[in-house]
Amino acid sequence: MNPAPSTTRRATRRRRPVNRLPLWVYALLGVMAFVSVFPLYWMFVVASTDSATAYSLPPHVVPGGNFFHLAGLVFDIVPFVQALLNSVAVSTSIGVGQALLCALAGFAFAKLRFPGRNTLFLIVVLTMTVPAQLAVIPQYLIVSKLGWVDTLQAVIVPGLVSAFGIFWMRQHISSTIDDELMHAARVDGATTWQIFWRIAFPLVRPAAFVLGLFGFVNAWNDFLWPFIVLKSPERYTVQIAIKALQNSRDIDLGLAMSGSFLATVPVLVLFVFVGRRLVQGIMEGAFKG
Amino acid sequence: MTTVLRPAAAAKATGQPTRKRRVQQGLRERLAPYAYIAPFFLLFFIFGLFPLLFTFYIALFDWNPIGEREFVGLANFSELLDDPRFWGALRNTFSIWLLSTVPQLLLALGLAHVLNHVRLRAAAFFRMSVLVPYVTSVAATTIVFAQLFDRDYGMLNWFLGLLGFQHIDFTASVWGSHVMIAAMIAWRWTGYNTLLYLASLQAVPRDLYEAAAVDGANSWKQFRHITIPALRPIIVFTVVTSTIYGLQIFTEPLLANPVGGLTCGAARQCQTLTLFLYEQGFGRFSFGYGAAVGVALFVVVVIVAAINYLLVTRIRSERP
Repeated sequence: MNPAPSTTRRATRRRRPVNRLPLWVYALLGVMAFVSVFPLYWMFVVASTDSATAYSLPPHVVPGGNFFHLAGLVFDIVPFVQALLNSVAVSTSIGVGQALLCALAGFAFAKLRFPGRNTLFLIVVLTMTVPAQLAVIPQYLIVSKLGWVDTLQAVIVPGLVSAFGIFWMRQHISSTIDDELMHAARVDGATTWQIFWRIAFPLVRPAAFVLGLFGFVNAWNDFLWPFIVLKSPERYTVQIAIKALQNSRDIDLGLAMSGSFLATVPVLVLFVFVGRRLVQGIMEGAFKG
Repeated sequence: MTTVLRPAAAAKATGQPTRKRRVQQGLRERLAPYAYIAPFFLLFFIFGLFPLLFTFYIALFDWNPIGEREFVGLANFSELLDDPRFWGALRNTFSIWLLSTVPQLLLALGLAHVLNHVRLRAAAFFRMSVLVPYVTSVAATTIVFAQLFDRDYGMLNWFLGLLGFQHIDFTASVWGSHVMIAAMIAWRWTGYNTLLYLASLQAVPRDLYEAAAVDGANSWKQFRHITIPALRPIIVFTVVTSTIYGLQIFTEPLLANPVGGLTCGAARQCQTLTLFLYEQGFGRFSFGYGAAVGVALFVVVVIVAAINYLLVTRIRSERP
């Protein structure tokens, strides 16, 4: 369909600017950006006024000065500080755990030869296509047999590994680390562990970082599993605290929105700092985990 | 005496122990791969594979959390097939999935095409802004959308009213609640899929677009003849992942209709399969019946995956 442009065409192209974007494209992109960000802004508007204003028509779209009052109420009604700490603990453990454990297993699958390697990897890939949700009842039974119901490790431990994470790290390790380097290190007497820890891991640290970020964000936003295993308010993660707030609110929307906003702020701050790397990570082929 | 002992001592210091250590070292090196994948497989077996298989087992029992269980064979499944709540949940799941996936992926395609443009200004800004929904939590999103779609005071209905339309009771009606939930899902994932598409597009030589423009192809033609063919494999991928994600929707219907709770409304108008599973398993504590719902969900996923696969191979054979 598209042969190489002839020299004359190339010359014409250089002379006039082609393919300039029309203004309406920017208008549409602006609308998209607005739609993407508006619900978050609206969350803050309602969180900073009272619910009476939230229900006023035409809508009141300027933030009020009530945010700290409502936020204070949120902290009074549910143990929100505790919920934030729980979420930080859970998400950080899962992010770090996934980055390390998946890098380790990904390294083995990418660079080491051992019997059963292909079969085991196939199992990993196949489980990526099965929704985890359908097995929640036995998962709950197992966690309760272990005596972990209503503990944070019930959320953390099952989240430490992900099939997607192994897949992702294996891809990066096999494309980043060449066998020559491994061989040279081996000749110098390095053990497999030293090769992983001193050579392979430092080289794929950016990929592991992005994977850890994904793990963190997904764990922070996870709802179903924490909702099932965490029972007492002092164990709640922020998402479950929001739900509790919604239950006790008596249709006090301002309060629910403040809680939602407070639960979103930490991830937003993280996003401001590492957003570019996250975008880059997704663009390099991170898929839904 | 020392001369007699020396060779043995020397051997002890260098030869034999070294060989022994070398054997140990070799064994350790050979076992190392298994040690590296062990943490994954241990956790994966306990919390992933085993529960999956166990679901099939539990589904054959009348089982409650106190531990009373009675083997009932396939009774749970025949009950499930006669249960209008199950068929309703299945219908709702598919309806919400289609309503969210189709616009989401089409929009992502168009956006990726535009964002990939050579002369786009502020590209980084637009890319970042479309990803904001992805980092926003589902629970928070749901509460905001439920308010924006509110019947009496929601901004959307207010806007529709300005245009002269009647207010729509989104939470109470079947289609309304499906549209509302689909909007939440599409809002969350469109930017993410856009970036996936954009990643593939970066591999397409830019000269192709410029040359096409010189040849007089407008943006639509470029989209049709360059962007879409380049993206075919990743489109298949996103269709599959959106399907898997779409079939397990839970948080959105649970929180979108706070009055409705686990049934998502009095008429179960937006109860999805996962929500129905939760209601049976943890709302009514009938684990056996809930597990049967899980098995049904598994069957649905397999069928949909097979259909996806057939469609994909068909597309491939039609357009070599």
